[in-house]
Amino acid sequence: MASIPVPDISLGAIAPEITLALTAVVALMLEVFAEKKGRDHIAYISLVGVIVACFITFRLAGDPSWTTFSGLYVVDRFGQFFKLICLLGTGMTILVSVKYNKDEGIDNGEYYALLLFATSGMLFMVSGSDMITIFMGLEVMSISLYALAGYTRKRARSNEASVKYFILGSLSTAFLLYGIALIYGSTGSTQIDIIAKAVSSGSGVEAVLDLGIVMLMIGFAFKVSAVPFHMWTPDVYQGAPTPVTAFMSAGPKAAAFAAFFRVFNVAFPSLQADWWVIIWILAVATMTVGNVIALLQNDVKRMLAYSSIAHAGYILVGFVAGGALGSSAIMYYMLVYTFMNIGAFAIVTVVGRKGEEKTKFSDFTGLGYRYPLMAVALVIFLFSLAGIPPTAGFVGKFYIFMAALKHGYVYLAVIGVVNSVISIFYYLRLSVMMYMQDEPGEDLPPLVFAPSLIAVMIVAIYGSLWLGIMPAGYISFAQSAFLAL
Amino acid sequence: MLTINHFLALSAILFVIGVVGVLTRRNVIVIMMCIELMLNAVNLTFISFAYYLGDMTGHVFVFMVMAVAAAEAAVGLAIVMALFRNRETVDVDRVSLLKH
Repeated sequence: MASIPVPDISLGAIAPEITLALTAVVALMLEVFAEKKGRDHIAYISLVGVIVACFITFRLAGDPSWTTFSGLYVVDRFGQFFKLICLLGTGMTILVSVKYNKDEGIDNGEYYALLLFATSGMLFMVSGSDMITIFMGLEVMSISLYALAGYTRKRARSNEASVKYFILGSLSTAFLLYGIALIYGSTGSTQIDIIAKAVSSGSGVEAVLDLGIVMLMIGFAFKVSAVPFHMWTPDVYQGAPTPVTAFMSAGPKAAAFAAFFRVFNVAFPSLQADWWVIIWILAVATMTVGNVIALLQNDVKRMLAYSSIAHAGYILVGFVAGGALGSSAIMYYMLVYTFMNIGAFAIVTVVGRKGEEKTKFSDFTGLGYRYPLMAVALVIFLFSLAGIPPTAGFVGKFYIFMAALKHGYVYLAVIGVVNSVISIFYYLRLSVMMYMQDEPGEDLPPLVFAPSLIAVMIVAIYGSLWLGIMPAGYISFAQSAFLAL
Repeated sequence: MLTINHFLALSAILFVIGVVGVLTRRNVIVIMMCIELMLNAVNLTFISFAYYLGDMTGHVFVFMVMAVAAAEAAVGLAIVMALFRNRETVDVDRVSLLKH
């Protein structure tokens, strides 16, 4: 009797994803049995799930890289590092959400379940060594995010955000898929290391392959919101509930960059001479457009959305630089960015008040005197986003531009530095408004800082400052993570 | 005589029709139908290549795409329902609160 070979299945490799998915199911069940009041425990149980997933990811990170599930899934330090970033973003988002959701009347288990499902999708995506895994992870993440963006379903802006996100997200998915299909057709495989072999031996049909790579690039550029595929970002970031915006700007972006980087550097390194020019143009356009339009904004959430586009541009600079230096710069920057950006959005959730009516720049005037600690925290995050020493944002930018210079992309580094000078203007403008202008005349009830939110701020301040003052340990961690790629 | 090129050309045409539809149509439901058309064009590409190469991966991928398309349609329709309840419109041109 002919024996059927069973592919090697190592559930241990996907234990973090399993943990998250199980926790999500538990959160859904708790929702069914929960009382009307006092549902905080669902959030904290979800947080425990994230922390457990973090521990498992740490344990897996020690091993040298290995693949399982017939080459569909790879366990390596590069992936584990990005997984930790995604889990960090999710954990912080859960804490930001607790108070916000209670105020908005959306403190349901489904919310946390969607967050956790999205996170498990991200983890699959960053560890995918086959287009199938990357695509499935991407979709699990995206579909959860479409629903999350519209989670405050009675709010018209939130509906609009989710409709726009859904249409443009599905469009980009279709492009990505068409790219995968064409690459599959010309190389005969969807597994990225086999694609790499076919591409470098030149056995593929060149025209089909090139078209496929371009389509794939468009799909990923949408997901990381690179100009000119950024149109959805400001609307979605502004309309979605603020904790969800914080979530979207950190984890999913990191996961999309990880998959983007892995596919292009593992599958198509032999064509690097051709595609770096496109990424170069994307990087310059993304930085410049993001920063210049951010100057003109009057809404803090929308300003942060454009700033997040600009940051995607800086990360693309690291992508162009490539190599060990470029990739560890991207990893370090993504980690820092998660801390400072979620910190900034956490403060917007408080200042925005119920229904997010108060997110204009003018609503931040005078806060420096009424809430000195909060204002200092926001200034730290903004300075870090602007890249002013001694914050972590400075080290991250320095490291990225240094990588670009070392690999000979002098103009790119110069454009990047000019851009980060432009960005200082709008970050400082918000800081100045908090300290230099009087409060608006209207009498508003005092802002409430929930303990969970204070915890997030402490973590975010730690990340934005400590990683700037003592970056060596994290940078060497990022470097060791690349070497194992 | 039908060759693989015919199938690829057909799926490319379907894909382009889908893209043009998404960019020009104003009704969200029609846009969703255009997205389905794009995804099915991709499926046709996968199947043609899989048949041509004599490889199973393309077939597997098509099942994945179909499952994802179903999930996407479910979530998308729910989003459109929520929009319609609030605004009584499914016209994307009239959904423009978030300009500045």
